Amino acid sequence: MAWLAKSLNSSLGKKLLMAITGLFLISFLLVHCSLNALIFLNDGGVAFNEGAEFMAHNPVIRSMEIVLFAGLLLHIVDGLRLWLENKSKRPVAYAVVDGAANSKWYSRSMGLLGTLLLLFLILHLKHFWYFSRLTDGLEDHTLYAEMQAVFMNPVVVVVYVLGCVSLGYHLLHGFQSAFQSIGWNHPKYSPTIKTIGAIFSIVIPAAFAAMPIAFYFHLIQ
Amino acid sequence: MEGNLNLTLKIWRQKNASVAGKFETYQVSGISTDMSFLEMIDVLNNRLIEEGDDPVAFDHDCREGICGMCSMYINGRPHGPNRGVTTCQLHMRSFQDGETITVEPWRASAFPVIKDLVVNRSAFDRIIAAGGFVSINTGNAQDANSLPIPKEDADDAFAAAACIGCGACVAACKNASAMLFTSAKISQLALLPQGKVEAAKRAEAMVAQMDEEGFGACSNTGACEAECPKGISLENIARMNREYFSATFSSK
Repeated sequence: MAWLAKSLNSSLGKKLLMAITGLFLISFLLVHCSLNALIFLNDGGVAFNEGAEFMAHNPVIRSMEIVLFAGLLLHIVDGLRLWLENKSKRPVAYAVVDGAANSKWYSRSMGLLGTLLLLFLILHLKHFWYFSRLTDGLEDHTLYAEMQAVFMNPVVVVVYVLGCVSLGYHLLHGFQSAFQSIGWNHPKYSPTIKTIGAIFSIVIPAAFAAMPIAFYFHLIQ
Repeated sequence: MEGNLNLTLKIWRQKNASVAGKFETYQVSGISTDMSFLEMIDVLNNRLIEEGDDPVAFDHDCREGICGMCSMYINGRPHGPNRGVTTCQLHMRSFQDGETITVEPWRASAFPVIKDLVVNRSAFDRIIAAGGFVSINTGNAQDANSLPIPKEDADDAFAAAACIGCGACVAACKNASAMLFTSAKISQLALLPQGKVEAAKRAEAMVAQMDEEGFGACSNTGACEAECPKGISLENIARMNREYFSATFSSK
């Protein structure tokens, strides 16, 4: 299997890993966002809590949670490695760089956006994953009640919205970029991939951002 | 002279690869807007030689946009402000009177500075030498119509072969990546039946050499494609990815 390790360790292979783990994380976002959107039913969190309960105890979901963390870790480690290595390829920096003339700022800032997302994620995991998995939180009161409590803090709401903005820009480049790294660039599919990517990058983060806002302004009870 | 330009030039001066360089500022006046950027540097160099100074070293050869030698990073962009041109095809009418123009060499650890604006691009030659050729016997020249090559494939191969190896892709890329160059050279052969035979071996060897030379990975920003004087497409990079990963699983 040395041949596979060699291939995955090449400059192309590292990007393939980023793409595969990235697409996997995108699939997770879709599940996470769909389930959370149950709060907008405005039924006092009944449907949402049922979903949360299922996710917390179903053995298939719990097993996938391990795969999810592994994928996330791989995405982070591989990303940091690429960032460090790529940075070293130009030891003397240009005095003048007109990046806007040839590329989008967020496509050049994936490392920064990813780091912001990681910082947000640490806070986010502490808020809700820690609560629902590692404490007896769910026994005392529901995840829905915990969301209501956490999102009473305006600073938390602002941080969450900023996290969603970072996610949006990260996805705006990452979604379509993943297909290019896999080698899927084709006149028949690429325009559709780009359109779906753009819609996904706006709708999913916007839906996520709407959650803390809705709780804070008591738009849902 | 009416309409001519007076310019301030900030040019990178560096004696050789082992010493640090720095910017020197020069004033040039009466520059015709019909001059190419290289001719403007020629005017400066004539003056420097007359004054007994060291002229600015820069690469140039054909001066008609097809050799790829004139590597200059002008005001933050390879080959200056216009798209689809080399520095020799950049004319002074693209600049304003009184403008300050910053000129730097391609900056990449794989392209060490030889002197001033001249960089060593032999890393590209070694990537070609690693596999950018056909070594099977393809026989005598055949009647063109007897070759089973669709027009679209021939066009794509030709478009990839338009790469002149100037290195603007590396210069433009935030990672100093040579993916656009290498993918064009892999594509021009992989698309044709004569090149398909050795495609797997070629993709592996050329990518390995590219990494060995110290070029970065691809962030898919598209800066290379936008700055390429020959309009080489990002589709080539996707094709290289396909070629490379299928080679990973199929090569012996």
